[in-house]
This record gives sequence, C-alpha cells and structure tokens, in this order.
Amino acid sequence: MWKTVLRRILIMIPQLIILSMLVFILAKMMPGDPFSGMINPNSDPKTIARLKQEYGLNDPAWVQYTRWLGNLLHGDLGQSYIQKVPVASLIWDRAVNTFWLSLLTVILTYAIAIPLGISAGRHQDQWQDQSIQVFNYITFAVPAFVFFILGLWLFGFTLGWFPISGSVSGDVNPGTFAYYWSRLYHMLLPAILTALITTTGTVQYLRTGIVDNKVEDYVRTARSKGVPEKVVFNKHILRNSLLPIAAFFGNTITGLLSGSMVVEMVFSYPGMGKLFLDSISQRDYTTLTALILIFGILTLIGNLLSDIIMSIVDPRIRVK
Amino acid sequence: MAKEKENKNTETNQQPSLPPSGFKVVVREILRDKVAMVAFTIVVLILLLTFGGSLLLSGQNVTEINVADAYYGWGEAGHLLGTDDGGRDILKLVIVGGRNSILIGLAVTVITECVGLVIGLITGYYGGTVDGIIMRIVDFIQILPQMPIIIVLTTVIPNYNAFTLVWLVAMFGWTTTVRYYRSFILSQRGRDYVLASKTSGSSDLKIMFREVLPNITSMIIIDVVLTVAGNIGIETTLSFLGYGLPTTTPSLGTLIGFANDPVNVTTRPWLWLPATILLLLISMSINYVGRALQRAGDARQREN
Repeated sequence: MWKTVLRRILIMIPQLIILSMLVFILAKMMPGDPFSGMINPNSDPKTIARLKQEYGLNDPAWVQYTRWLGNLLHGDLGQSYIQKVPVASLIWDRAVNTFWLSLLTVILTYAIAIPLGISAGRHQDQWQDQSIQVFNYITFAVPAFVFFILGLWLFGFTLGWFPISGSVSGDVNPGTFAYYWSRLYHMLLPAILTALITTTGTVQYLRTGIVDNKVEDYVRTARSKGVPEKVVFNKHILRNSLLPIAAFFGNTITGLLSGSMVVEMVFSYPGMGKLFLDSISQRDYTTLTALILIFGILTLIGNLLSDIIMSIVDPRIRVK
Repeated sequence: MAKEKENKNTETNQQPSLPPSGFKVVVREILRDKVAMVAFTIVVLILLLTFGGSLLLSGQNVTEINVADAYYGWGEAGHLLGTDDGGRDILKLVIVGGRNSILIGLAVTVITECVGLVIGLITGYYGGTVDGIIMRIVDFIQILPQMPIIIVLTTVIPNYNAFTLVWLVAMFGWTTTVRYYRSFILSQRGRDYVLASKTSGSSDLKIMFREVLPNITSMIIIDVVLTVAGNIGIETTLSFLGYGLPTTTPSLGTLIGFANDPVNVTTRPWLWLPATILLLLISMSINYVGRALQRAGDARQREN
C-alpha cells in the first residue's frame, strides 16, 4: 500500500511544477510589480528603476521564475499592493476562517448525505426513495448562489433566525464561551445551506452502490449462509457502497474551495474566497497570485487524499 | 443506377428489423413522462419569452441610464416589475438578460461538445499512448481552480467581452465532455461491429464517425441538455460575482447580484426576485428534461 501512496505523491510533483508555472504566467499577465506596494507620492522614479534592476525584474523570465519559486519555498508570498503587509499574514486569518467553515460544512454534508443515500438505496422505488430523488434533483438543478440568496433572505432577513453577515458579533470578547458560540452561530446558516447543496453526488453514489450491490452474488451467498439481514446490510452491502464516496471526497473538497467564493460573498464571511474577491476588485495582484496558488495546491492535496483513501479502503487498486 | 436504387430500397426495408433508433426511443419515453412534458413546455415558453421579447425590444437600449426613474416599485409609472438604480426597466432587463444567459450557455456548450466529442472519440478509439497523454492533460485541467483563474483572466484580458467569456468557460468545460464520451467509446472499441468494419478495411476515421458516432446520438442529446443547464449556472454565477458578462450586457446573474446589498434584499425585492425566479425556472426545467432524457436513454440500453 505504501508503494501506491508513494507513487501517487510522486505524480504530484510534476503537477505542482506545472501549476506553479501557470500561476507565474498568470501573475506576469497582471499589471504592476512587487514595488507598487511600496510606492508613495514621495518615491523617486529613478530609485524605483534602480530597485527593479537590483531585485532582478529585468532578468529573463525563467530566472525570475526560479527566484519566485525559491521565495515561495521559504514562505515568502510577497507584499500586498494595497494593505502594505506581507501577503502570508494577510491570508492566514482568512484561511483559518475558511478552514472552520469548510470543516463544519463537510461534517454536515456527510451527516445529511449518508443517511439519505442509505435510506434511498434500502427502500428503492418506495416513497422514501422517491422523495429523496426529488430532493436530490432540486439540489442538483438549483444554482448554489440562488440557493444561498433565497436561504439568506428567508432565514436571515425574514425570519431572523441567523445572523446575516460576518464571522462573529462585535460585542463579545475573544476567548470567552460567548465568542466561540457566536462564531459557530455565524457559520451555521452558510454551512447548512452549502452542505445541503453539496449532498447530490454523495447521495446518488451511495444509492446506486446499494442498489447495485443488493443483487450481487456475494450478498446472496451471505444470505444463504444464514447471515442475519442486518449484518448483510451493514457489513456486506454498505461497506462496498461506501467506496465511491471515498473517491468523491477530493471532489467535495474542490467543490467547497471553488464554492467558498460564492458562499463567503453572499454571507460576507471573511474567508479566503471573500479575500480573493476583495483583492480582485482592489487589483491587489500579489495577494491574488498567492491565493490562486493556494487554491491550486489545496485542490491537488484534496485529490491526493482521495486517491490515498481509495487505496486504503479498496485493496484492488493498489500497485502490485 | 437501378442497382443503386435497389440497394437503397433494401436498406430502408431492413430498418424495421433493427432495434429502434436511439432518438425514437428517447422521444417515445419522453412523451410518456407527463412531468417531463410540463418541464419541456416551460423551456419552450421561456425561450419564446426571452428570445421573442428580445426581438421586440431590439430597437430599444434597455441599459440606457435615466436616473430620474430610479427605484420605481412593482407596477409604478408603467414599469411592471419596477426599475433599478439607473432607472432601467427590470422586466426588459430580465428578458434580455435571460436571453443572454441562455445564449452564453448554448455557445459554451457548442464548443465543449464539439471539442469533447472529437477528442473523446480519438482517445477512446485509439487508447494507448494517445489516450495516456490526453487524459493526463484532462486530469490536470480538472484539478485547476477554475473559478479563480477565470475571474483573474476576465480582469487582465484586454477588450474583454461576451465572446471572451464563452472561450474562457469552454477552456475548462471540454474536459468533462471528453471523459463522458471516452468511457463509452472505450467500451465500444472491442464490439463486433467495430471489429467487423475494421476487418473489411474501413479507415479509422470512417469507423469513428460513421459507425461509432451514430451509436451515441442519444448520449449527445442528453449531454447537450445537461451541459447547457450547467453552463448557464457558471455564467450566472460569474456575473453574480461581478466577473461574468460586462456590465453593459444584462445577465440574470448581474440582476440577482442586486441581492448582495442588504437594503435591496429587504426593501426592493423587485430588483432581484424576478431574475431569481426566471433562473430557477430555467435551471430546473432544463435539468428535468435532461434527467428524463437520461432515464429514457437507460431504458433504450435495457431494450438492446
């Protein structure tokens, strides 16, 4: 199994290199340079030109690329054009916010999707299955941002059950219980809505898995051996049907990351997606470059995790 | 001459003995499904409303700003759905915006289907190294953060317009289509009819486009319908975030974007609610038709 994991990690290296090249090209397409963040009305154009020369901005592209990559490996993501602080420190707080929101969303997604998928597969073509299919069709068909807007309008503005924006109320002190409760409370509505709309794939895979596995030979064998129905379902059918969900895990992470922009915008939640949108409207290109790189790396890691989990739960796909 | 005619006659005579064509079964199955018929009717009505309405409005400049008329409510001053901050009539914006969003969705789908189908046929049919290389590229594009990259490109590309947007979305979309067709064609590669055609000396191109392609017509219809819905979703999401269609071109996403302002959400629902409802209707009806087609396609596979 370690061979599979090792091989999978090795595949990631060329992917990372190509990703970094793409991001570098994208960064070069953006106007401005690392000194725009330091320029003020008093700075002398000659000094800027000298600085540019000194820092090698007139070097050939590949020299600049390797230097940029070297800085990245040392954790130096550059200086924000607008906020005039290191990008890394700017992103860190937001990344923490996005992490907690995503974690809550993932937990809720599986908490909703797995019972629904099992119920639909178990009661195939009965009313449970049919209503879950309708639910699944709705979550598949409705665009996420419409779902968020309507949810915010109904539960945030009209009913007033949840806060409408931000990540924490202003009147609580950090460190107290009220503070953590307020943070959780602010994450609940976005997390529930995102979770509901992300369940589609998992429910569908689980249902299909159970329906297909029910009629397999090994299930019939187990039944004819006299294995109790409950054990047949939980140990034989369910375990095999959960495999595709492991494969789908990376997909869920990717979806959450690309979805973070929309959900954080609608709920004005200060995470990485919101930072990305703010940076682009302020033309803060160093922050943008760093964020795209981070989004890309996280997606790669999501896929890596997915494949590794697959090789753990399904011995058939391991490298011999 | 006479012989050729005879050949044609025997060919047409043979038709009934063959299993019904994919398209016919799909149509038959759809006609049976009452809800799908309703969904299909809604799609047609929306197309008539948006495209017909846009034709009627073609003489007017719906995005012309007239601040004196700003923020009329429902039905005030002859504006059935009120006006926005620039005094533009919401009903007209919804009609033109709906048409634009559907057109973008269609345009992206045409590109991704053509590219995806051809590349899918090639990778699936040849397999081996060709398949290996193309699929590595497809894998890589699929793990790129699509939304952030598109958004950055929309801001750095000079002369950005609706066509640029179509190409940007299509640049990522074709990979899904390739995967969809490739898996099916891989399964057809070893089938008797392909091998028979190969033995009798048909060229690879002929086998791909004359033998395999007709077998996937129902798959193409299904994928086109579902992809159009998906692409409308992508365009409206981008416009909603403010980086889709340029502000001078109305889009449902831009209109729904009015809801980003808390004041608009609570006190001016006419700004964003009509566009939201239209987009919901579009996505839900197109997706329902797509799913019904999918079920019909499965039914056809059962019959074979």
